[in-house]
Amino acid sequence: MRQDHLITATQLSRDDIEAVLDRARAVADDPAAYADRHAGRVLALCFFEPSTRTRMSFDSAAKRLGMNTIDMGDVDSSSVSKGESLSDTVRVIEGYADALVLRHPSEGAATLAGERVDVPVVNAGDGAGQHPSQTLLDLHTIREDHGLDDLTIGIMGDLKYGRTVHSLAAALTEFDANQHFISPESLRLPRSVRFDLHETGAQIREHEELEPVLDELDVLYVTRIQKERFPDENEYHRVAGEYRIDAETLDSAADDLTVMHPLPRVDEIAPDVDETDHARYFEQAHNGIPVRMALLDTLLENASPDGDEGTEVDR
Amino acid sequence: MSEHELRVSKIRDGTVIDHVEAGQALNVLAILGIDGSEGFGVSVGMNVPSDRLGRKDIVKVEDRELSQSEVDVLSLIAPEATINIVRDFEVVEKNRVTRPDGVTGVLSCPNRNCITNADEPIETRFDVVADGVRCDYCATILRADIAEHIDV
Repeated sequence: MRQDHLITATQLSRDDIEAVLDRARAVADDPAAYADRHAGRVLALCFFEPSTRTRMSFDSAAKRLGMNTIDMGDVDSSSVSKGESLSDTVRVIEGYADALVLRHPSEGAATLAGERVDVPVVNAGDGAGQHPSQTLLDLHTIREDHGLDDLTIGIMGDLKYGRTVHSLAAALTEFDANQHFISPESLRLPRSVRFDLHETGAQIREHEELEPVLDELDVLYVTRIQKERFPDENEYHRVAGEYRIDAETLDSAADDLTVMHPLPRVDEIAPDVDETDHARYFEQAHNGIPVRMALLDTLLENASPDGDEGTEVDR
Repeated sequence: MSEHELRVSKIRDGTVIDHVEAGQALNVLAILGIDGSEGFGVSVGMNVPSDRLGRKDIVKVEDRELSQSEVDVLSLIAPEATINIVRDFEVVEKNRVTRPDGVTGVLSCPNRNCITNADEPIETRFDVVADGVRCDYCATILRADIAEHIDV
């Protein structure tokens, strides 16, 4: 991957993805070899909206590479509350850090940040847009179980606003994957995502119910149907109930079906699924560490004037 | 000049935008920022018979030529348009519009949550795709309603 920033999954080729995932596997196999790889470097965590998992995952990944992290803290107590633009904020932080992880409530915020600064920018979620580092860890999890070709995946839940879905769907077009999208009519994939999928000739089908396709799936990727998207709470409860899975739901699934979720879940996956061999969502979250280590390592390597300033690692 | 074009008065100097899709004439004026208060002489023909389009609109603007960004946006809502430059009642230049690869700073993004609609020092940028335009920042696609989002 010879790129400065990771803004959207659509920028990733198959080779890019496989290179990061291969490196993630190497990191997972021998984390000690990477412990001081980027000692003395600083990662800025710029989270303009609340996040626990993604922020901690990047923080942990950076520290395991020997980096220090700086954090702009709660938006309400930062310069943002004084009206400073995102453009100015990232320009200032660029001088403090060697790379920048950005989460922002507006779509396109990471693209803007990437245009304003020279240090690598990682999009950690921009509104309902994209969340490409999540996609890399999703793909890592899928690859470990099934490989990434000859794959049939069902993606279910809020497909309209689910940024992890948008990124994952785009990245899967680089592989031989059949994608089934399962959602209420009101939460179908947005036009722009469907446009990209059709442009690539991707094999996609859209459904309102899981049952007709469940037994075909290698992977079922579930996302939260967000209550706040519904003006009528009764409508939310009616819809959400239809997209809830439990252990009994999975009786008709393939024995090796992998159930994933970007977390946090609310009640779309019942706790009894945790006890089945299908559940992989906690492992998926843990995969964020080696994958984000591999991603930061790759981007910092690309950003170095001579291609690699890090401590030499025998790979 | 054809009989159809004579339905609206000839101009001495200026621009004739011909072969505009029927119903788009007022949007053409919007692109040009013309609301009548500028003092230009403007003639508009709507639903004029056309061999090529069946029905078409024509816009004639006196003492005014178009900038490239105006032509670029015009091409999005009137891809068949021809732009005739008129001097001393004669057409001295006749050009078909061509769709650009992208347009910058001339359309606003309809996605209220797009970063271009936040208070940032930023120009909008849209890629031209098969049957519309697409925001470079949030990827929102605009098709039939392009004219409603013209900023020029």
